[in-house]
Amino acid sequence: MASHATNPDFRTRLQNWIPKLVLSPSLALILFFVYGFIFFTVYLSFTDSRILPSFGWVGFENYEKLFRLRHWDIAVSNLVVFSGLYIFFCTVIGLMLAIFLDQKIRGESVLRPIYLYPMALSFIVTGTAWKWFLDPGIGLEHTMHLWGWESFEFNWIKDRNFAIYTVVLAAVWQSSGFVMAMFLAGLRGIDNEMLKAAQMDGASNFSLYRRIIILQLRPAFLSAFVILSHLAIKSYDLVVALTGGGPGRATEVPATFMYSYTFTRNQMGIGASSAVTMLLTIVAIMVPYLYSELREKK
Amino acid sequence: MRKHVLMTTVALFVGATSTNIAAAGDVEVLHWWTSGGEAAALNVLKEGLEGQGIGWNDMPVAGGGGESAMTVLRARVTAGNAPTAVQGLGFDIIDWAKQGSLANLNDVAAKEGWDDVIPAALQQFAKVDGKWVSAPVNVHSTNWVWANKAVLDANGIAVPTTWDEFVAALDKLKAAGITPVAHGGQAWQEATVFDGVAMSVLGPDGYKAAFIDLDEATLGSDSMKEVFDRMGVIRANVDENFSGRDWNLATAMVINGEAGFQMMGDWAKGEFINAGKVPGEDFLCFRFPGTADQVTFNADQFMMFDQGGNVSPEQAALASAILAPSFQSAFNVVKGSVPARTDVSDEAFDACGKKGMADLAAAAKSGNLFGSMAHGHASAASVKNAMYDVITAHFNGEYDSATAVEELVDAVSIAK
Amino acid sequence: MAIASSDTAIRTGRVTRFFLYLVLILFALFYLLPFGVMLVNSVKPLAEITGGNMLSLPDVWTLEPWFKAWSSAQIGVEATGLSPYFWNSIKMVVPAVAISTILGALNGYVLTKWRFKYDTLIFGMMLFACFIPFQIVLIPMARILGLTGLAGSTPGLVLVHVVFGLGFTTLYFKNYYQVFPTELIRAAQIDGAGFFRIFQRILLPSSGPIIVVSVIWQFTNIWNDFLFGASFADLDSQPMTVALNNLVQSSHGVKEYNVHFAGAVFAALPTLLVYIVAGRYFVRGLMAGSVKG
Repeated sequence: MASHATNPDFRTRLQNWIPKLVLSPSLALILFFVYGFIFFTVYLSFTDSRILPSFGWVGFENYEKLFRLRHWDIAVSNLVVFSGLYIFFCTVIGLMLAIFLDQKIRGESVLRPIYLYPMALSFIVTGTAWKWFLDPGIGLEHTMHLWGWESFEFNWIKDRNFAIYTVVLAAVWQSSGFVMAMFLAGLRGIDNEMLKAAQMDGASNFSLYRRIIILQLRPAFLSAFVILSHLAIKSYDLVVALTGGGPGRATEVPATFMYSYTFTRNQMGIGASSAVTMLLTIVAIMVPYLYSELREKK
Repeated sequence: MRKHVLMTTVALFVGATSTNIAAAGDVEVLHWWTSGGEAAALNVLKEGLEGQGIGWNDMPVAGGGGESAMTVLRARVTAGNAPTAVQGLGFDIIDWAKQGSLANLNDVAAKEGWDDVIPAALQQFAKVDGKWVSAPVNVHSTNWVWANKAVLDANGIAVPTTWDEFVAALDKLKAAGITPVAHGGQAWQEATVFDGVAMSVLGPDGYKAAFIDLDEATLGSDSMKEVFDRMGVIRANVDENFSGRDWNLATAMVINGEAGFQMMGDWAKGEFINAGKVPGEDFLCFRFPGTADQVTFNADQFMMFDQGGNVSPEQAALASAILAPSFQSAFNVVKGSVPARTDVSDEAFDACGKKGMADLAAAAKSGNLFGSMAHGHASAASVKNAMYDVITAHFNGEYDSATAVEELVDAVSIAK
Repeated sequence: MAIASSDTAIRTGRVTRFFLYLVLILFALFYLLPFGVMLVNSVKPLAEITGGNMLSLPDVWTLEPWFKAWSSAQIGVEATGLSPYFWNSIKMVVPAVAISTILGALNGYVLTKWRFKYDTLIFGMMLFACFIPFQIVLIPMARILGLTGLAGSTPGLVLVHVVFGLGFTTLYFKNYYQVFPTELIRAAQIDGAGFFRIFQRILLPSSGPIIVVSVIWQFTNIWNDFLFGASFADLDSQPMTVALNNLVQSSHGVKEYNVHFAGAVFAALPTLLVYIVAGRYFVRGLMAGSVKG
């Protein structure tokens, strides 16, 4: 029995350490590979690196050059337009499809995977198909002409003022189904008793959704926002596959800008400074959000 | 403490340069020649090496005219795992040589007499600070115009030799309802057209001053505005649907008689030949009007990466196989370009190929051979892309010619 | 929970229902269209594609492009087709998905049931890591892989994908375990069960749906990755996406669109399969996990 007194003590202490030990490899990986690399990139952005990293200190010169480049302005304003429209349409379409699918639709199990599958495909796979579809010479416009609708016009991808909207279209195609799944999951989690009670009180379907259900979906909205903004910022293959940044440079976004300055233009310093600028923007948006989200749960 | 952390991190990330990993007896080759004809041509090289008992580890990465391959190369060199040989272009080769990443091929070069048979303008990109670092495969020239002969004949158009004749020809084609110029709206294709236009307006001295010496006065001159004005004329003569089109689809428009002309490098010839067309009978090749004596070139080469200090026998064998006259002839007949060495017989080449070889030799002799701006043989990648930005923005109607000239000066000064 | 949902409180009239179905079907067509274009054109002879209608069904059906894409298309110097690369991808994806999911599950377990000081901060840092642009990772990562001797190997690629997938898997499992009753854990602890025993006996058996979510997410991302695959792989570890890119990006000569599309469909098959097989659990997993606060 004597050992019994020390044993739990030892075991408790061990039990206290195990969770931290289990977490530590992941933490170490993230600290090193994410924060270490970010630190390195910040450092690079103050150097004269060109083809490979080099360590001549140049102060803020890269940032000054970056903000003088019209090219960067275009990329940033494209990202604003793109992410705004993309997040808006994905949310609206996702929510609408989820509400519709939630009406005891026959064939839901067929429709749901159809809505979801685009998320499974990369644009290396679907890029060619989309390019065809949007190209007036072979795609939708051509097909409509063949079917006898001669006046049909759809040449956005060739028009520098509209090309960014074709990128939005393809991006919404890819992820709105995923958003639908998130909202559908949210809807299915809502307590039906509450709805029935409200219905007894004579609330119409429309006001049921507006007053009660949408409010209940708040966590789903937030998750959708995180995932969509993450996808919007990282959208790279999408732009490369569809327009290659063209016509001209009209659909350049920060991700493609970063890539081309770092790897094809041999101006790694400017590439790094654009990456740091992007990261700071992400921090400004995400940290307050993460902070409020994580605090609430305590 | 903080300084210490910084230094350790820096040391970790930079470290020493490459250490050898490739297995003995093999060469690893990174390239972006993945289409049927090109791959078949490379296969000649591969089989030649295999005949000597040297294995060929193929690392193809296609896309963006080598952009993806160059990204991969950076990762490989940083990882200390550089391939034996890498397809490279112009200033990229010089940049890598300056990083100290390339091998010294002087022994092979001396033994095979490269100095005597490779044109000086080309040596500039293969021999850095007195050291041979890469093996040139071919010389492309970019100031070509390709034309459908039947279309020209039907509209009574002779081969134009001046800009005015060229404009008159474009007008005739337009009136006949044919797309005058087949063009693909990608930055590099617009720059390729720009190469020829600039050479004809500025002349060889102006071309050199603007694109090789990056002289601000020339870049901002009225002649440069004229260059952009002429680009505007060409823009007015392409079809509605040009944006984003691949160059070979534009070539197909000329082959099929939907369009009259295409300004494109000599790789376009392969498309005509593949379609069973005969030079001189079905299609014509001539220099861009006003540049009959000049050649703007770019050359594909294989940079040889340092494999831990000395050139291995396999690497040397690969280099000398690339320069072997038989390979130079066989490869370039397929690719549409001309051999990198001047002593290869033109027997196997067609009419356009023979003309290309003669033009190259003449231009090299008369000092009219210049690196192509559009293909990274006039200035470094940063400057080249800065020029692309302006040229493509102007071509797509974002700037008028006067603004384009201002932007060009500004963009070059940022990128320099 | 899924069962409760079939008894929804909302009732709809006949006209409304017709409208609902119409909208749902139109959207289904919109989603199917690009893949449909690929599929239809992958069974046409090339001559029918050039100059034809992209949506019309083939006059002559052929599977030739499929065989060609799989086993004889020109990828590099050798005409190997996509098949060797397909297996390279499998060898990379399976361990990467498994490891990142296991680590994510353990992290989620620790962060919700074994709370300690600053755990929220650590979670926040992991979550923020999801937003790092991959372009900035490339060069330093290459250096590390080179130093550790993992450059150009499948284990190297697995490491990269595990690191950059951890944030998401941890997020999914944390949200899922958050709502799991802590009393059960306390009770098991009192009975003398240890850390791993509790995980294995109590949490794991009910983690099915969230494992599905995590696996789908990771599988899709890793399978479709091009940048890391192209940069960190070697001759014998190049994944499918790199080969597909080489196939469709080659710029000279006639573009064999039918072969390209067939190749693209091959590249998409595994992810589609995962979505179709596991998709029915997907909404359920999301429902229990990531969308609940």
